[in-house]
Amino acid sequence: MRIGVVTFPGSLDDRDAARAIRMAGGEAISLWHKDHSLKGIDAVVLPGGFSYGDYLRCGAIARFAPIMDEIASKAKAGMPLLGICNGFQVLCESHLLPGALTRNSDLHFLCKDQELVIENNSTVWTSGYAKGQHITIPLKNGEGSFQCNDETLSMLEGQGRVVARYFGENPNGSRNLIAGISNERGNIVGLMPHPEHAIEELTGPSTDGMAFFTSVLSSMVSS
Amino acid sequence: MARIIVEVMLKPEILDPQGAAIGAALPRLGFADFISVRQGKRFEIEVEGVATPEKIAEVKRAAELLLANLVIENFSVSVEE
Repeated sequence: MRIGVVTFPGSLDDRDAARAIRMAGGEAISLWHKDHSLKGIDAVVLPGGFSYGDYLRCGAIARFAPIMDEIASKAKAGMPLLGICNGFQVLCESHLLPGALTRNSDLHFLCKDQELVIENNSTVWTSGYAKGQHITIPLKNGEGSFQCNDETLSMLEGQGRVVARYFGENPNGSRNLIAGISNERGNIVGLMPHPEHAIEELTGPSTDGMAFFTSVLSSMVSS
Repeated sequence: MARIIVEVMLKPEILDPQGAAIGAALPRLGFADFISVRQGKRFEIEVEGVATPEKIAEVKRAAELLLANLVIENFSVSVEE
C-alpha cells in the first residue's frame, strides 16, 4: 500500500508522517508540492508545518499548489486523505472540509500532550479505534481553533462527522471541542493534533496515534 | 496608476482573540472609552491606468478566491482617490 506524503515549502512533519506510515506497514511515497503526478498512491497525508510560511492565512497558499488539484479530484472520488494540523488547515481552505482554523483563543502557541475522545470510528482513518476511546497525542499549533457557523456545526454533529473531540478543558476555543472532522463519505479527515508524533514510547507520549495509519492500511486491504 | 483597496475583517460572529487582546491593552494606556476592537487586514493593489469597473471586478474576484476566506471573513473593495 502506497501512501503519499506531500512536502510543501515550510512543511515540518512530513518525515514523521512517512515514518509512521512505514512503521504501520505501508510504503511512504514522498510527493513534492510542484508535482502533478501522484505516483500511483492509494492514499495521501498532508502533514503539519507552516506551508508557504503560513502567509495570508494558514493553508491559504498551499491550497493552490500544483499537486492539490490532483489530490482534490482523487479525494472527491474516494481516495483516503488525512490532513494533520497545517494539513487540516489546507483542507479547510480548499473547501474539502467545512469550517476554518483560527488563532487559538488565548493567542498562545500550544505544545502539549492532549487527551482526545474518538467520536467516529467509521472513517477509513479511525476504524482501528473504539468509539469513545480516549487517546493522548501531541497538540502543537498557534491556529487550531475550529470555527464554523451554527448551520455547519449542526450538520457536522447531526451527520456524526466530528471524528475526535478534545477531552477536558478546551485548549484553543474550538467550537464544541472539535479536534477533527471528516467529509460525508469519511475518506477525508482533518485533525489538529498529531498522531504521527505518537507512534512509539521513545519519542511520543503514547503509541495511540498509530491506529490512524494502520486503520487506513487495513481499510485498503479489505476494499 | 490606480490603487484598489481590499479590506478583510473576520465576520462579527467569529471570535477575534487578537482584537480582544488589543482591546484589553488600550484601557491600561488610558483609552478608557473604547468599547471593543476588532483587527482586520488591508491589501493595496496597484493597477495600470485608471481603476475601471473591469479592474475592480478582477480585484473582487481575487479577494473571493484568495485574499479573504469567506467561511470566516467578509471583505470590501474601494478605490483610493
